[in-house]
Amino acid sequence: MVGLVWLIPALPLAGFLLLVFFGKRIGEPRSGWIGTGAVALAFVTACLVFAGLWGEPEHTYELSLFQWIPAGRFNVDIGILLDPLSMTMALFITGIASLIHLYSIGYMHGDSRFPRFFTYLNLFVFSMLVLVLGNNMVLTFLGWEGVGACSYFLIAFWFEKEENASAGKKAFITNRVGDWGFMIAIFMTFFAFGTVTYTQFLPMAPGLAQTTATFIALMLFVGAIGKSAQIPLFIWLPDAMAGPTPVSALIHAATMVTAGVYLLVRVNPILTASASWIPWMIAIVGCATAFLAATIALAQQDIKKVLAYSTVSQLGYMFLAVGVGGYSAAIFHMITHAFFKALLFLGAGSVIHGMHDEQDMRRMGALRKIMPVTAITFIVGWLAISGVPPFSGFWSKDDILAYALHKSVILYIFGLITALLTAFYMSRLVFRVFYGDARWGESAEAELANLNAHTATDAVDADAPAHGDAHDDAHAESGHGAMHPHESKWPMLVPLIVLAFFAAIAGVLNLPFTEHLEFLNRWLEPVVGENQAHLSLGGVQLTIELLLSTTIAIAGIIAAYLVYLKHKVDPRRIELPFFANGWYIDQSITKFMGGIGRKGFELIAMFDKVVIDGAVNGVGRATRGGAARLRSIENGYVRWYALMIGVGAVLLVAFAMTQVSF
Amino acid sequence: MGSNLSLAYLMLSAILFVIGGVGVLIRRNPLVMIMCVELMLNAVNLSFVTFGKMLNDISGQIIVFFVMVVAAAEVVIGLALIVAMARRRPGATADDLRTLRG
Repeated sequence: MVGLVWLIPALPLAGFLLLVFFGKRIGEPRSGWIGTGAVALAFVTACLVFAGLWGEPEHTYELSLFQWIPAGRFNVDIGILLDPLSMTMALFITGIASLIHLYSIGYMHGDSRFPRFFTYLNLFVFSMLVLVLGNNMVLTFLGWEGVGACSYFLIAFWFEKEENASAGKKAFITNRVGDWGFMIAIFMTFFAFGTVTYTQFLPMAPGLAQTTATFIALMLFVGAIGKSAQIPLFIWLPDAMAGPTPVSALIHAATMVTAGVYLLVRVNPILTASASWIPWMIAIVGCATAFLAATIALAQQDIKKVLAYSTVSQLGYMFLAVGVGGYSAAIFHMITHAFFKALLFLGAGSVIHGMHDEQDMRRMGALRKIMPVTAITFIVGWLAISGVPPFSGFWSKDDILAYALHKSVILYIFGLITALLTAFYMSRLVFRVFYGDARWGESAEAELANLNAHTATDAVDADAPAHGDAHDDAHAESGHGAMHPHESKWPMLVPLIVLAFFAAIAGVLNLPFTEHLEFLNRWLEPVVGENQAHLSLGGVQLTIELLLSTTIAIAGIIAAYLVYLKHKVDPRRIELPFFANGWYIDQSITKFMGGIGRKGFELIAMFDKVVIDGAVNGVGRATRGGAARLRSIENGYVRWYALMIGVGAVLLVAFAMTQVSF
Repeated sequence: MGSNLSLAYLMLSAILFVIGGVGVLIRRNPLVMIMCVELMLNAVNLSFVTFGKMLNDISGQIIVFFVMVVAAAEVVIGLALIVAMARRRPGATADDLRTLRG
């Protein structure tokens, strides 16, 4: 059954091709069902392949479909590497993608470009599967660029609005910086090993010179931070929320942004072979990103921006896990995060849909009675991300923190602080959206005006709701005076329920109590086993750590309860403008690029004009000048040519005479 | 045949060659120029035969046949060009035909 593996990417590709050519003719509901069906079938295939993979030695199976680039020693095949890591990725990508496709049928209902949305989604799933299943770096890069392009298409899906189009461009350009690093890493890998196929070069990694390994690891890291939105390249992800909400759930939370983590886990032997500051750097960047993004999330007013910064923060946790050698913990958190963050985004989408495209949390509140299913599933997601036992997020986050403590206490403490902030900002979101007073409809207008007056300095207003006008007709008759929030229809609710189920129980994949229960650790052993840091947690230490994490999570929730429901503390003392503006990082970049940066680029442009163009044009001018002089000897007189032939012959003979001695 | 006689033949060959060469350079009538070229070729033929005799080597005479064949072909083309030229521009000299100048 493992031989069917090629079907996993082929099915979404077939769906894409069908929709790209006939999407318009197929029309609204049916094109959505085709897209969903293609991905769901891919999921079923993945399950069959998974069952078959148990029978393979070391749970690894390699399939070469055909030769792609034969160029001397450089050979790239279209081939599939199926091992525990790529199998895990393929399973959760296809699984979550099918649910989100189903959800999108409800969410995108009435959009004028409904078929095109599913075309892009299918292309995205195909690219993502190529990324994880490819058996060499070039194929991974192909998928990497494919998901980047789809991300761009989908962020700017409602491109009629200027902000959406520029958010797409921002994501694309920021990713380019990372892609540059990845490309250099591919070149360097070929240079060092003579091959880019994982199964060929990874076993050779321990014998690699340390400087080479360090350089490759550094460049791969640059690639990873671009795609996975880490400091300093995280600025594109919050803006990417301009896209439709299912896109945010699928691409910018569950799958694409985890590609960087996947890549680093995939090349773990190279990280082990590199200098010891590389893992430290990865851990510190991850930890710093987790902390920074969590503080920014505290002060956002747009429901999707909170979740976006939360995603950045959770990705930071995964990088921390990679840096401290907890590769299986990184994958564990990636899976649980995919469940609960997709759930939270879809829940947020349901709220936005029900509130007629309102994204500002200041205009929500008390929605749990109107949207019971959304509220209950969202609460499950909230408890999972906050790290409340026994929900999935608790186990995966705790796994990472245990590895962090193994490496350094400081990383552990920062991890705990971030966990506290996570619990706090997620509780803030839940309390403001589903509990408290209703701040929509007639009763809320006065209060809202009051609130706006106080937060005039808040820059969020300026760059907030960049949502499209998919539901304009629904919107038209509902001004703010007559707001009637409603629960969503079943295609949107079913994915929420399924995801909530998994967000609740996914922790059983890797319970830390006995080795017997660590299924994921044992399953990933063939991929990361040798390079994984080894933890030997005593019962006492484990209990203390688990209790500490639980306390932290509950403390965060209680703090948010006191601030946002009991109003003991003025929220404005926590939601500092400094955080609301994302530590002024975007503004600093704008300022730098507008000032010194621009001058620098002008200087480079000048250099290009004078030196590079000068050299090229100089060669041209010299040729023309020389020709103008030389053409005068071609005067058209046959006798002149004959004379020149004669002179040449005489000179040749004279030269020959001097060379030959008689 | 003594070496003096050979020397005389070579001198004659050189004289004929120079006459031909100077003729090509100073005359402007295309027909005369072709004739001068023929003169140069035959001067060379003469020297080939002479050298062949001096070195007792038959290949000197063989090469002459080749040269004669080539010369015949060349004359055919040359005369054809001259006829075509004379029809188009009667009385034109070689110096009048310099359309291909740089």
